[in-house]
Amino acid sequence: MTDSKYFTTTKKGEIFELKAELNSDKKEKKKEAVKKVIASMTVGKDVSALFPDVVNCMQTDNLELKKLVYLYLMNYAKSQPDMAIMAVNTFVKDCEDPNPLIRALAVRTMGCIRVDKITEYLCEPLRKCLKDEDPYVRKTAAVCVAKLHDINAQLVEDQGFLDTLKDLISDSNPMVVANAVAALSEIAESHPSSNLLDLNPQSINKLLTALNECTEWGQIFILDCLANYMPKDDREAQSICERVTPRLSHANSAVVLSAVKVLMKFMEMLSKDLDYYGTLLKKLAPPLVTLLSAEPELQYVALRNINLIVQKRPEILKHEMKVFFVKYNDPIYVKLEKLDIMIRLASQANIAQVLAELKEYATEVDVDFVRKAVRAIGRCAIKVEQSAERCVSTLLDLIQTKVNYVVQEAIVVIKDIFRKYPNKYESVIATLCENLDSLDEPEARAAMIWIVGEYAERIDNADELLESFLEGFHDESTQVQLQLLTAIVKLFLKKPTETQELVQQVLSLATQDSDNPDLRDRGYIYWRLLSTDPVAAKEVVLAEKPLISEETDLIEPTLLDELICYIGTLASVYHKPPSAFVEGSRGVVHKSLPPRTGSSESAESPEAAPSAGQAAEQPAVIPAQGDLLGDLLNLDLGPPVSGPPLAASSVQMGAVDLLGGGLDSLMGGSGFTAPGPAAPAGMGAPLGSGLGDLFDLTGGVGTLSGSYVAPKTVGAISMDLVLTNKALQVMSDFAIQFNRNSFGLAPAAPLQVHAPLAPNQSVEISLPLNTVGSVMKMDPLNNLQVAVKNNIDVFYFSTLYPLHILFVEDGKMERQMFLATWKDIPNENEAQFQIKDCSLNADAVSNKLQGSNIFTIAKRNVEGQDMLYQSLKLTNGIWVLAELRIQPSNPSFTLSLKCRAPEVSQYVYQAYDAILKN
Amino acid sequence: MIHSLFLINCSGDIFLEKHWKSVVSQSVCDYFFEAQEKAVDVENVPPVISTPHHYLISIYRDKIFFVSVIQTEVPPLFVIEFLHRVADTFQVCRRSSNVGDTLPTGQLSNIPWRRAGVKYTNNEAYFDVIEEIDAIIDKSGSTVFAEIQGVIDSCIKLSGMPDLSLSFMNPRLLDDVSFHPCIRFKRWESERVLSFIPPDGNFRLISYRVSSQNLVAIPVYVKHLISFKENSSSGRFDVTIGPKQNMGKTVEGVVMTVHMPKAVLNMNLTATQGSYTFDPVTKVLTWDVGKITPQKLPNLKGIVNLQSGAPKPEENPSLNIQFKIQQLAISGLKVNRLDMYGEKYKPFKGVKYITKAGKFQVRT
Repeated sequence: MTDSKYFTTTKKGEIFELKAELNSDKKEKKKEAVKKVIASMTVGKDVSALFPDVVNCMQTDNLELKKLVYLYLMNYAKSQPDMAIMAVNTFVKDCEDPNPLIRALAVRTMGCIRVDKITEYLCEPLRKCLKDEDPYVRKTAAVCVAKLHDINAQLVEDQGFLDTLKDLISDSNPMVVANAVAALSEIAESHPSSNLLDLNPQSINKLLTALNECTEWGQIFILDCLANYMPKDDREAQSICERVTPRLSHANSAVVLSAVKVLMKFMEMLSKDLDYYGTLLKKLAPPLVTLLSAEPELQYVALRNINLIVQKRPEILKHEMKVFFVKYNDPIYVKLEKLDIMIRLASQANIAQVLAELKEYATEVDVDFVRKAVRAIGRCAIKVEQSAERCVSTLLDLIQTKVNYVVQEAIVVIKDIFRKYPNKYESVIATLCENLDSLDEPEARAAMIWIVGEYAERIDNADELLESFLEGFHDESTQVQLQLLTAIVKLFLKKPTETQELVQQVLSLATQDSDNPDLRDRGYIYWRLLSTDPVAAKEVVLAEKPLISEETDLIEPTLLDELICYIGTLASVYHKPPSAFVEGSRGVVHKSLPPRTGSSESAESPEAAPSAGQAAEQPAVIPAQGDLLGDLLNLDLGPPVSGPPLAASSVQMGAVDLLGGGLDSLMGGSGFTAPGPAAPAGMGAPLGSGLGDLFDLTGGVGTLSGSYVAPKTVGAISMDLVLTNKALQVMSDFAIQFNRNSFGLAPAAPLQVHAPLAPNQSVEISLPLNTVGSVMKMDPLNNLQVAVKNNIDVFYFSTLYPLHILFVEDGKMERQMFLATWKDIPNENEAQFQIKDCSLNADAVSNKLQGSNIFTIAKRNVEGQDMLYQSLKLTNGIWVLAELRIQPSNPSFTLSLKCRAPEVSQYVYQAYDAILKN
Repeated sequence: MIHSLFLINCSGDIFLEKHWKSVVSQSVCDYFFEAQEKAVDVENVPPVISTPHHYLISIYRDKIFFVSVIQTEVPPLFVIEFLHRVADTFQVCRRSSNVGDTLPTGQLSNIPWRRAGVKYTNNEAYFDVIEEIDAIIDKSGSTVFAEIQGVIDSCIKLSGMPDLSLSFMNPRLLDDVSFHPCIRFKRWESERVLSFIPPDGNFRLISYRVSSQNLVAIPVYVKHLISFKENSSSGRFDVTIGPKQNMGKTVEGVVMTVHMPKAVLNMNLTATQGSYTFDPVTKVLTWDVGKITPQKLPNLKGIVNLQSGAPKPEENPSLNIQFKIQQLAISGLKVNRLDMYGEKYKPFKGVKYITKAGKFQVRT
C-alpha cells in the first residue's frame, strides 16, 4: 500500500466529509482522515477550516498521529493564532509525557509555531525540557531556545535561557553540546558583541570530546566555534589541532573545511621548526584535494577557499598541481577557479606541464575560459622567468590562429610581459602590429597603443599607427584615450621632428574637447611639461618604469589573514570580509589570526605589524588668492613665453579670477627667473628659450599676439593690444590680468572684446590702466607680465613699456627746490647718457619733452651750449632731475640724470631717447 | 541558516517552496533565473549568487535546481551538503513512493546512527568496493592526470548491536580517506583497521582517493584520428578502443561520448561493433561499444559533414569514455577479513569489487 491514495480525492464536499471522519470514534479512521488532511495541505489546498477538528485529534498515544497533527499545527497556527491557543494545553501536557520522544516533539513544535501568544506559554515547558533527564529532549530544547530568541529575544534573556544554554555546553551528551553550540552561535550572530561563546580551556575540552561523537552538522558548529577560540599558548594550540585533525577524514565536506579553518588558524601559533608543524602541513593536502572530487557546487566553494589557502601557505598544495587540471565538462565556474589556482601554484618545477595544459585550454570552446587561459599564460611568463620565452612563443602561436578574442587577450598579456622583461621580446612587435585592425576591445587597444608608444623608436611607422587611432579619439574609452595621449607624447619625445603636429593634435583633443577631468589633467601636465622643460619631460615620461610584480592579483596580506579566519563561510567565497557585504546593522567583529606565541618563538603578530604606508601628506591648503597669482606667475613666466599655453587648471573659471587653483603647491619651490631679452614691441614672435628649438608654434594652436603702442593722450595710461586668433576655433570670453610689477600697473577696466574672435581675425583694443596694483620690483624695471584668458586657454606674455607713460603732469619742480635737490642727491647717483643723432634745437626739445611731462625748469647758455634743467615725477612719486646739454653743431646730446632711486635712470634715458626720436 | 528553499525544474517553474522563518517572495528567484540565463547551460549556473538582500545557494541535481535563500553569514558548504541530502531524500522518496516508510521511527539509542532493536532472520553484511578512474589522456596517449576515486558502499543487515572490524591486505594504499562517522578514527590511525558499529541498511562506509603520486593503471587505450580539411565541408573520424593494463579482466560497458564542434552537421560512420548515434542538435556522438574483445578491437570510422562555408573548427573534441571492469579494484585494494564482535550469530559476509571510468577524457 502506498501513500499516493491520499492525494487522489478530489470530490466535492471534501472538507465536510473530512470533518466527519476526523470526529469519528474509530482510531483508524481518524488517522486516515488526518493523513488526508495533511495530503491536501501539502498540495496547497486550504484545509484551515478543519483546525478545531484536527486539534481534537492531538490527544492520542499514537506517535504517528501526533506527528501529523503537529505538522498541521505548524502550518496553520500563524494564520489562526486564536485557535492555536486551544492547542497550548495539550502541548504543556505533552511536555510532561513519559515518552521522551513526545516531550521532544512537543517542545520542538512549540518552537516552530511563531505566534506571540503561544511563546508566553512555551517558557515553562521549555525550562523543564532544558533540564530533562533525556538527552534527546535536552538537545531539542536547546535548538528551541534559538528559535524563541528569533521571535522574542528579550523574553529569552529575561527568562535566563541563555545561561541555561551556556550550561548545556558542559552537558554529558555530545548531541546536546553540539546543539547548544549551534543555538548559541545562531543567537550570537544577531548579538555579535555578546560574549555568549566565551570559551575557557574546560569548555574547549568538552567541545573537543563532543566533536568526536555528535552528528556531522553538530561538528560543523563546534568546529566553527573552536575557530573563534584563542589558545593561550602554542602547546594548547597544538593539542587542539591534534584533536581536530581526524575531522579532515570526514565525509561531509563542510566538516572538512571547518576543520581546515581551525588548523590554518591555530597553525599560526605553532613554531615552524616543530615537527608537528610539518606533519600538519602534510595532513592538510589530501582532504583539500578530496574536496575536488565532490559535486561541482562543493568544488566551487572548496576552490574559492583553496585559493586563499594557497596564498597563505603555498607549501601545502605545491605538489598537487595536477588535481587542478581542467576537465572539459567541468562547469565554467569550476574551470575558472581551477585556472586561477594553477597559476598560483605554477613554479619552475611544473611550468612545462602547466603551459601544455594552458595551451590546450586556449583552444576550447568557452570564450571566457579561453580568455582566462590566454591571460594565464602571460601570468606564467611573469611569474616564472625561465618560462617566459616559451610563454611568448606560445602566445605568438595563439595570435597566429587569428581568433579575435584570443589575439586581443594575447596582446594584453604581452604588454605585461614587456613590462616585466623590457628589451627582451621586442622582436614580436611586428607580429603584433599586423593585428592592429582586429582589436576592438578597449583593453587590447590600450595595450597595443602602449606597446607602440613604448617602442616607438623601433617601429618605423609608429606615428601612422598612432594617428590611425587618433581619428576616432572621442569614441574611444577613457582607458584608450589616456594611453593614446601618453603614447603620442612618448613618440614625440623620441621623434620630435616628424610628430609635432600629432602631439599638438592629441594635446588639444585631450585638453579642449574632452569632458573627462583625468584626461584633461593629464593633457595639461604633458603640455606644460613639454613647453617648460622638454628635457625634464623626457626624464618624466620616458623614465624607467618599475618592474611589475611577479604575482598579480594577490590578496593584500592583512585581508588575507582576516579571510583565513573566515574559511568555509560566504566571506571566503567572495574574498571579502563579512563587514563588506553582510546586510543590516549587525556589527561584525573583525577576526584576526592569533599571534605566534610560545617559548622559542618571538612574537610575530599580524596585528602588531606596522600599518604600512601612512597616508601621504595632504597637499598644503591653497593660499590666499592674491599671493597665489603672484606665485603662479613667477613660475609660469620663467622663460617668457608667447604662444604655447601653459597648463592651468581654471579654464572654465569666470572673469579675472583666472588663475585660481592649487597649482602652486603642486609646483612650488621654483624661484623667479630673469626673463630673456624681449622685444618691446612685437610680442608674437617666439622668444629665445629652450622651447623655441623644440616648438615653433607661430602657427600653433592658440597663439595670441599683442603689441604695445605709446599712449596718445597724456594723463591717462592705456595699453593698446592687437589680438589675432591663429587657432582654428572661435575665441571668446576674454579677460586680462597683470602680474605685480614695478609701478603697480593694473588694468583699470575689464578687457572688452565685444564680438567673438573668429580664426585669423584681429581686434585692436585700448585698455585703460592705472597704477594702483600691487608693486614688485621687476628686472628690467619696466617689464610687465600679462595673462590673457579666453574660452580656449590662458595665454601668457610679457612686454617692456616705455617709462614716460608713468611721468605725471605735476612733475615741474620749483627752481629753488630743484637746486637744493640737485645738490642734495649724492654725485654717485648721477648718471650720464648720450642721446645720439638728434637734430632738434633746445626749444624744440623742450617742447617735445613737455608733451611727455618732462618739464624744463631753466635754460642756460654756457659756452655756446644750451643747458636744459628739467624735472619729472613718476606715478609713484619719485623725482628725476635732468641736465640736458645741447651743442648746436653736435647731434649728440649729453643727458645727466640725478635721482634718489638711481635704477630708474637707465629707463628715463630710454624714454628721452624714444621721445626725442619719435 | 537556510531561510527558504525553492525547487525549480528545468523549464523554470517553481514547483515547491518551503519557508522556515518567514515567507520570502518567489520573486527572489528572478535573480536566479537571470544568472541561469546568463550561464546558458544549466550546469554552469554559479552555485552562490548574491542579491541585494539575500544570498542564493543552489545545487543542480536530476534536472532540478534546489535554490536556498540565505540571509546571514553561513558556511556555504553546510548549505550545499544539506541540499544534496535533501536531494538524496527526494530520490529515495521517488523510488519508494511511500513517505510513511521513510519517516524516522524514532527509536532512541546511544549510537546516533543506529536504532535499537534491529532484528533480521538472515544476518548479512555486504561490501562493494567501487573504484572510479578519473583521467585526462593527451593527444599522444600519455597520461596528463589520473587518480582513483574509491568508495566502499555497505549493505548491512545485522541484528542487535554488531561491532565490526574490517581489515585490508594493503591498507597503505589508503592515505586520503573520508570516513562515515561510525568509524573509530583512533583504531584506524594506530592499526589501519576499520572498526565500527554500522548503521542499519545501506550506507557509504568510506570514500578514498588514490592520488596521482601512485601509479594509476589505465585499462584502455584509444587510437584516434579526427581531422577537418581546410576549405572543405568534411572531415575524417576514426577511433579504435583497445584494452590495456586490465589485469586479465574483461573491459565491458564501454561507451564513448563526444561533443562534436558546432560546425558539424552530420556524421556518416561505420562501427565494427556496437551502435552509434549522433544528435545533430546537441552535436553529441554516442557510441555504445559494449565489451572489448582483444582479438577484434572495436572501431568507429567515417566521414564528418560540416556546415558548408563554416570555418574549420579550431577545437578538437575530447572523447569521454565510460567502461566497467568487474571483480577488480584497479588500485589493488583488497579486503583481508571482516570480524564481528558483540553478537553471537554468524553473519553472511560478501565483498564485491568493481572498477569504472569516472571522468575519463581523451584529448584529440
